[in-house]
Amino acid sequence: MLKTITNTLIIRNIISIIDFYVDGFKNLKVGKKLWALIGLKLFIIFFILKTFLFPNVLKEGFTTDEQRSLHVMEQLTK
Amino acid sequence: MEVMSSELVDWSRAQFALTALYHFLFVPLTLGLSFIIAIMETIYVKTGDIIWKKITKFWMTLFAINFAIGVATGLIMEFEFGTNWSNYSWFVGDIFGAPLAVEGILAFFMESTFFAVMFFGWNKVSKGFHLLSTWLVAVGSNLSAFWILAANGWMQYPVGMQFNPDTVRNEMISFWDVALSPVAISKFLHTIGSGYVIGALFVVGISAWLLLKGKDTLEAKRSMVVGSSFGLLVSLFLVLSGDESAHQVAQTQPVKLAAMEGLYKGEERAGIVAFGLLNPDKEIGDNQHPIIGEVTIPYALSLLSYHDIDAFVPGLDDLVYGNEKYNIESASSKMAKGKIALEAFKEYKEAKKKKDLSAMADAEVKLQKYMPYFGYGYLAEPTDIVPPIALTYYSFHIMVALGSWFIVLFILLLYVVMKKDIEQYRKVLWLAVLSIPLGYIAAEAGWIVAEVGRQPWAIQDLMPVGIAATQIDAGNVKISFWIFAVMFTGLLIAEIKIMLAQIKLGFEGGH
Repeated sequence: MLKTITNTLIIRNIISIIDFYVDGFKNLKVGKKLWALIGLKLFIIFFILKTFLFPNVLKEGFTTDEQRSLHVMEQLTK
Repeated sequence: MEVMSSELVDWSRAQFALTALYHFLFVPLTLGLSFIIAIMETIYVKTGDIIWKKITKFWMTLFAINFAIGVATGLIMEFEFGTNWSNYSWFVGDIFGAPLAVEGILAFFMESTFFAVMFFGWNKVSKGFHLLSTWLVAVGSNLSAFWILAANGWMQYPVGMQFNPDTVRNEMISFWDVALSPVAISKFLHTIGSGYVIGALFVVGISAWLLLKGKDTLEAKRSMVVGSSFGLLVSLFLVLSGDESAHQVAQTQPVKLAAMEGLYKGEERAGIVAFGLLNPDKEIGDNQHPIIGEVTIPYALSLLSYHDIDAFVPGLDDLVYGNEKYNIESASSKMAKGKIALEAFKEYKEAKKKKDLSAMADAEVKLQKYMPYFGYGYLAEPTDIVPPIALTYYSFHIMVALGSWFIVLFILLLYVVMKKDIEQYRKVLWLAVLSIPLGYIAAEAGWIVAEVGRQPWAIQDLMPVGIAATQIDAGNVKISFWIFAVMFTGLLIAEIKIMLAQIKLGFEGGH
């Protein structure tokens, strides 16, 4: 019984939080333009810049930390 | 030792500088405006005066525009660490990663959660909870800044770690030494202070513009009172935090301090150059006078640096060539020790390949002994320890001059808005409008002093930038540099356009 009440309360809280955000976004004026801009910016940063321009050299070029350590050791002592 | 091609290193540095400088256009306004909004909302909650709610919502909308456009621009720097600065990232990963992880988990989530309540919560949550959320956004933003600046402070003054030659990483032995180092704390206070001044200049500047247009004058005047009071308090605080920053620089980065002041020959009872142009023909070690047309404040540099008017402040000549009288070690002596450290590291590498444990242990003892000089082993000339003097010197003096101007401006505005009919003082209002960009110039100049002034080091004394960079194609770095320049300029133009449109709507425009 107590478990059911707790679950119902949690679900109600989650729904009210979702409503809070949905209402908030619906009533935005300048905010809609800003969200579009944020979306575009994040797309450019994560899908274009990160994928094509910024590979993580050590992460992608080596499989173990030991290999990475050896590589950096070579770089620092050559 | 082989350093990277200077073209690659220069473009990698230029790209990082561009990203950091643009990112730093958005961040300080968020830091400052968040507290000003919290103060305004507190007045609304205390007085119940609906005008203060209107005022709070207006500035909150401008805050949101800046926040939205600036958010995530800092992430690009994180990508750059992995791509352009992989040696550096590996060498410091453990230490640099910890504060940044705390920033991501704690401060950013705190900031974003309460940000939603702040914007969507008007009339949906209680006044008290809304006010609490606004304050928590301000605190969260500033906490984010703290962790970033603690990481940066570590690069300027590396403490709380030990180098592990096996993993080739500096491993953290004391989180609190890193987070609470005096350099990190003074850097944090001075940097957020500059952000608060930018926030205050933004508020008084836009309020002045509205007053010049005769629009929403009551709201603009009230905003002006809050902005100029806050700005004055923070500007005075910046004098104190600047004093502490200079004191820390004197202890930990004396070459930077000498470059900031154009000081070549060290002096007891050294004065601060209040005004003067650098002699362009001056070289390290020659007898030419370094400053043309100088006006100095006697004893001030000794006092500021060591809190003692009789103290000796070393100049660039002393730091490059050494000064036995004052027990200052020469750069060439440090370079010799750095080369011993590097040799020991090489010996360790060879011993490890041969699995010779005894030789590894011997090499490690030698390496740890000379590790504080490790980075000097990569330098070719003693003069390599000197940063670009002109850029450091002029940036420092521009920052100080503008900081002084802001104190005068805030006093003037506060007096006129409290005691006089400010709408009649159009020249004063124009001064406030025109001072908005000056706040940004001062903050960027301060950042240049901190970052250019610590060259050649990526990590003070341990790793020069030429070693920190990744060996990649310089062409790719150039391309991404220009992509960023276009993207960030686009964002800046978008911000200014959206801001101006919102400002024109005045205090009736909502978010």
